Amino acid sequence: MDKHYQLPETQDGTVLFNTDPIIQKYHYEIDYLHSYAQDSPFFVGLSQGKLLGSHCTSCGRRFATPRGICMECGGKTEWFELPREGRVHTFTTCHFGGEAFLKETPFTLILVEFDGVDTLFLSRLVGAEPEEVYIGMPVWARFIRNSKFKPTDVYFVPR
Amino acid sequence: MRPVYMISGGITKFAKAHPQSDFRKMVADAFEYALADLPGLSRDAIDGSVCSYFSDHFTRQLMAGAMVQDYLGLDPKPSRRVEGGGATGGLCFQSAWESVASGRLNCCLAMGFETMGRVNTWKGNEFIALASDTNFDFPVGGFYSGYYAMMVQRHMHEFGTTVEQMAKVSIKNHANALYNPYAQRPGKLTIDEVRSALMVATPLTLLDICQMSEGAAVVVLASEEVAQRFGGTPVKVTGVGSGTDAMRMADRPHGKVILLPHETEEEYADLKYPGVHSFRGGRMAAKLAYEMAGIGNPGEELDFVELHDAYTSSEIQTCEDLGLCRYGEGGSYVDSGAPFLPNLDYGLSFSGSEQWPRLPVNPSGGLLACGHPVGATGLMQAVFAFWQLQGTIGKHLRDTTLQIPDARRGLIHSHAGTGTYITVSILERV
Repeated sequence: MDKHYQLPETQDGTVLFNTDPIIQKYHYEIDYLHSYAQDSPFFVGLSQGKLLGSHCTSCGRRFATPRGICMECGGKTEWFELPREGRVHTFTTCHFGGEAFLKETPFTLILVEFDGVDTLFLSRLVGAEPEEVYIGMPVWARFIRNSKFKPTDVYFVPR
Repeated sequence: MRPVYMISGGITKFAKAHPQSDFRKMVADAFEYALADLPGLSRDAIDGSVCSYFSDHFTRQLMAGAMVQDYLGLDPKPSRRVEGGGATGGLCFQSAWESVASGRLNCCLAMGFETMGRVNTWKGNEFIALASDTNFDFPVGGFYSGYYAMMVQRHMHEFGTTVEQMAKVSIKNHANALYNPYAQRPGKLTIDEVRSALMVATPLTLLDICQMSEGAAVVVLASEEVAQRFGGTPVKVTGVGSGTDAMRMADRPHGKVILLPHETEEEYADLKYPGVHSFRGGRMAAKLAYEMAGIGNPGEELDFVELHDAYTSSEIQTCEDLGLCRYGEGGSYVDSGAPFLPNLDYGLSFSGSEQWPRLPVNPSGGLLACGHPVGATGLMQAVFAFWQLQGTIGKHLRDTTLQIPDARRGLIHSHAGTGTYITVSILERV
């Protein structure tokens, strides 16, 4: 036993953001394994230049943003390929955003409607100035070549 | 189910940041206020609690609810946490109501907080946007103000709603808050000031949107027997309702309106509902709450409404969901002056339409002006409603301006996501 033992100390400082009260500032980040699971075929589709929706095998409802189970009747759904062309259902240009997207501002978000499809699809519109966008505007899907397996692998341009 | 009464409540000042208080201290301050406000009420009378806070990211402390229970000296009594985005506070209120209505508890504390000032606003916006689908929505530019902007663009397209009408909501709620010392951002504004504020997501400016906040609120709900024991001026909870909708607004159906008793199918023959312009979950919540409270025409039968105006646009949308006016009339409803307090000068002239009875909406200042510390917000609404119905606004706000004379029945409305969880509760004077 050593009653004179002292914990070894380092020269690392602590970032104090404030002194009264004591506020520390520190950074944290993590690696996270995000599984697309049953939505995976949609992202595979994007990498092949296809926009996949799903339709209900029971009631026939067609979803532009795919769902594994029909929200109307609970039936199972199957994949189908959406048309490349749609229309702007609604839109906004974001001048601010969450931290992850701040450097991309201003960007224009649109909900796209497709003929014969019951629901909408959220995407970005590029190639149009904010004041040029309007509800009903015809738009066309384009895919990035180097797929990132993200919903931003597809984007829309004016048609 | 047995009758449930609100017997006391308390709130802290809402502010951008409260660095001198952590979440426990904030709730303790609100709890202390509630205890002091009802002579004889002590922590011994509390049988258990429900705690509400939205984001573990903001707290950076898991099981924070248990820590509040501990800090308040309520261990080993039962407690739990509820969470449901922006509606967390409203869900907490209804969860505490269920505890008492079911007979499981005789006196239940509903306590909520949020500590959003611990990260910068952009990170806060990212945390909030994580309450959108992380497969399809968040990665496209996750930002709730963007989602609400898209909804109101469609509302404007369908119904002719204008940015000036939205600005009037901002003027109303900020001006009401001038008489509410708990509010975070009171102010006297003009339409020009609202429209020339920083553009956040077209057409929403900084003054169309509530702020990040810190604060806490508590509500004490009790059985009739407990309420009688403590005396004071209890208020009865006469109706609760809640509803839901798809997380992704892209998935919203375009079908038929859920009708309230005073509406007919014919008047909505051409309306595709809810689309992205209306909140089906809010309508469901209202319908259920009205049925329980026996309300046939809310515009006529309510004396005030405290609703979840995270955006000026969502106040307009919500007035329609609640049936205060018809779908599509939300903008004209604001123009008419019906939702404004009659005793305040807003610097606005109203349309003079007498289509709708005067029914103050967000007399407290709402989320726009009071702030929105998420887990506390729905409980804050309950506390303001409680004070209105007690007739004690003057005592608590140290100013009687916001007291609605002879207020008998009020509605509180809490709302999450893009209308994903919504609660409506009805409180009445006894």
